[in-house]
Amino acid sequence: MTALLEMKNVSKVYSRGLLSKISTTALDNMSLTLKEETPTIVTVAGESGSGKTTLAMLLLGFIEATAGQIIYKGTDITKLRGEERMTFRREVQAVFQDPFSVFNPFYTVDHLLSVPIKKFKLARNKQDAFERMEEALTAVGLQPNEIIGRYPHQLSGGQRQRINVARALVLRPKLLIADEPVSMVDASLRATILETLQNLQRSYGVSIIYITHDLTTAYHIAESIVVLYRGQVMEAGSVDDVIKKPQHPYTRLLIDSIPWPDINRRWGETEIEAKESELSDYSKGCRFLARCPFAMEKCQPAPPPLFQLSQFQAAACYLFDQHPKLASEQLTELLPV
Amino acid sequence: MDTMLNVAAKESDIGQATKPVLELENLRVSYYTDAGRAIALDGVDLTLMAGEKLGLVGESGSGKSTMALAMMRMIKPPGRIEEGRVIVDDTDLTALSEQDMLRARLSKISYIPQGAMNSLNPVLRVGAQLMDAMKAHVPDMPKDEMQAHCIRSLESVDLKANVFKMFPHELSGGMKQRVCIAIGILLKPKVIIADEPTSALDVVTQRQVMETIDRVQKQIGATVILIGHDMGLMAQFVDKVAVMYTGRFMEISPVRDMFLKPAHPYAQALIRSLPNLENKGVFQGIPGIAPSLLSLPGGCAFHPRCPFVMDICREQRPPFETFQENRQVACYLYTEKARS
Repeated sequence: MTALLEMKNVSKVYSRGLLSKISTTALDNMSLTLKEETPTIVTVAGESGSGKTTLAMLLLGFIEATAGQIIYKGTDITKLRGEERMTFRREVQAVFQDPFSVFNPFYTVDHLLSVPIKKFKLARNKQDAFERMEEALTAVGLQPNEIIGRYPHQLSGGQRQRINVARALVLRPKLLIADEPVSMVDASLRATILETLQNLQRSYGVSIIYITHDLTTAYHIAESIVVLYRGQVMEAGSVDDVIKKPQHPYTRLLIDSIPWPDINRRWGETEIEAKESELSDYSKGCRFLARCPFAMEKCQPAPPPLFQLSQFQAAACYLFDQHPKLASEQLTELLPV
Repeated sequence: MDTMLNVAAKESDIGQATKPVLELENLRVSYYTDAGRAIALDGVDLTLMAGEKLGLVGESGSGKSTMALAMMRMIKPPGRIEEGRVIVDDTDLTALSEQDMLRARLSKISYIPQGAMNSLNPVLRVGAQLMDAMKAHVPDMPKDEMQAHCIRSLESVDLKANVFKMFPHELSGGMKQRVCIAIGILLKPKVIIADEPTSALDVVTQRQVMETIDRVQKQIGATVILIGHDMGLMAQFVDKVAVMYTGRFMEISPVRDMFLKPAHPYAQALIRSLPNLENKGVFQGIPGIAPSLLSLPGGCAFHPRCPFVMDICREQRPPFETFQENRQVACYLYTEKARS
């Protein structure tokens, strides 16, 4: 049984300068497997600079990994050629953060939907193409007759973002990479977009990698979560475990800082122990070391491995070294589907 | 942390203040576009006491930022302040000359814009940008005193004194945002308007920036208006929440009431649409879309989306009235007219 997508010890290092060796590890030894027969929603969470967008770019094949392999249906994605490459391009789709800048203001929104249909030769004739467009728009909860023929400026941000989802859906993708799809949409419209994404997974069997810094929406939509900090996995597991009982000091900091829209759960009950770090701390050890209130000697030489806390939760922190170690390749075992 | 007091303590703070610091009277702003006149702010009245923190929420296009800009008198053509007054600390800002208004900005009322961190000049040191404000407002102050004042301002937002000599690119997003707050509080204004001050920051930094604003606000006793659509931030930060829709206030209530028993149907829908840890997987958006300001529905602007719509809502615009202590709402469900 081949996996839909397999990341094997993938790292991405950005280097700067010709002679000097300044390099930034944006993603460090990440492994993740998505199975074709069990579509799921995985959240990749982290603050800016945590490597979450790098992960999206790698999975979409926009950039090449420095080390490790990304395998799509049994073939390394850098080795895909010809028809196979087209299939990969069609089956792995993206929805980006900004619903405003992806539209060309000179074309009506059908352009965005009809171009992929033409490029991938999905429709036999105009009528067929139109039906596919209508079907995709209906699937994301829009009224096709209200949308087709309109210009982007005539639509709200929420509508445009749903058209982006529809565009991906037209191509019958297997995997959708949603990079902060709701962060620029009004709070009142977020719910509808999240619902649309969840429907995609349930009714169309699309696996979704939901990339975000917003853990509240992650909790609502995803089954499992991977928390990244400066390219390293800090904590991973089921959303219920990780968000309700965060263990890693970084995850705890993240969860404590969420402004919960709940008048009875206020900031300040837990003090922020970790402060903002200086920009230049790239130690060999745990990336969170400089900000960690529990930093110890042994955190310095090398990053801590994942320690499995329960069936669906593991944290990369020596505070939990009494628990069994977990190799980074086993990350996927932690993620319920 | 003591900067985030519980609600009870906050309410007692308000009780001590007696004199309003900020009053808006029938403020009305229109934009004249090719397609017609859009009334972006439709006769808004508001009174805030010293030290109060008001949250202003609403969808994009509901007039939040227009209100902020109108208070700063920074509405540019094709927009125009049609009528109304903005009174800060007994001074009517709308009556001031351009010259006096320049002085009033930053010293009486200051504005921290959305994405403020991008408003710093990349080729000037942070210090020069702070000094700029000092030179414009208190030109007679000796230079070293000015500098000391600027550094104190930076320190009050948790930045080290050496930030004064740094360039913006040497700072992280959160630090830049705090520099902007330092500029905003430099002259101890009575009113601080923060327009989505943390929308570009991640949650940890966001909390630090908001706690900074909170602490500074207490130090200088300023009134804060926080604009945004993140209800979570409102729950954590403000005393009162004002819900705006199509340039009008729909409801103003103390933050506890707003979250626990919102009155206006729009406010109810807004609160219901919020994700929390109890209702996993339940998504409740607000049906329908906000109307265009150029073709507002008659009567109550929310009536096409309202689940409780009555005949009168289609014909007449509900007045914005007090219906409980400290709570105002514009809805016929709560006014005498509906009952008769």
